[in-house]
Amino acid sequence: MGEVFVALIDYLPLLLLVLAYLTGRFVERRHYRSIKRRENKTLSQALITSEVFETDRVVRSAELAVGSVVVSVDYFKRALGAFRNIFGGEVRSYASVLDRGKREALLRLKEAHPDADVFLNCRLQTAALLNQQGRGSGSVEVVAYGTAVTFGK
Amino acid sequence: MILTNVESLPGKVIVEHYGLVQGSSIRAKHVGRDMMAGLKNIVGGELKGYTELLQESRAQATERMKTQAEALGANAVINVRYSTSSVAQGAAEILCYGTAVRVE
Repeated sequence: MGEVFVALIDYLPLLLLVLAYLTGRFVERRHYRSIKRRENKTLSQALITSEVFETDRVVRSAELAVGSVVVSVDYFKRALGAFRNIFGGEVRSYASVLDRGKREALLRLKEAHPDADVFLNCRLQTAALLNQQGRGSGSVEVVAYGTAVTFGK
Repeated sequence: MILTNVESLPGKVIVEHYGLVQGSSIRAKHVGRDMMAGLKNIVGGELKGYTELLQESRAQATERMKTQAEALGANAVINVRYSTSSVAQGAAEILCYGTAVRVE
């Protein structure tokens, strides 16, 4: 019994890697399904990065809209990232996490203002959260904000 | 109090500028949340506790900016910007600033 326990401790990093690979893949697929479904639903709301939007319609209301999310990079992807650090190049395992973060933040921005027709001056920003040791903890906050404009009937 | 992040307030006319107003909030996460986040950091996915924490913090920074604008006699803040930075271990500062104006 004791030997089994010791063996388990020895292989813990490997076990975590396998666990993280499986859960990370599950979480990512589920998230992408949800993102695609909601993106299709909110297609009529335009996101614009400029301040002006040419239209004949009358503005009924304009207000600040914010959407944010904190996404974390799983243990497996972090290991891939650390490996990539040796040879350099694009860290593709992180790219999908940040892609999900940005799309989720934009979706929350839209969903907070379901009546808005257009979002002006949309801005995206990311901030890495530090852990207790002051290093990057592998989680990133993505914030999306803009001005939600609703037109009159 | 209306906020926008463009240089005008669509549908309204700006009659007076009051200058820059700002609000900030620095928050630290508590140990319980940190432990849950540690677990989540293995399996991946959204850290809902942190999302909420930063949202509360952002709401408070915005509220402080609004209070400052109200004190000046403004009824809107335009060109609002947010910034986030990890100032210390486990703590994040959220800064919110913009230009206080009066619209009609």
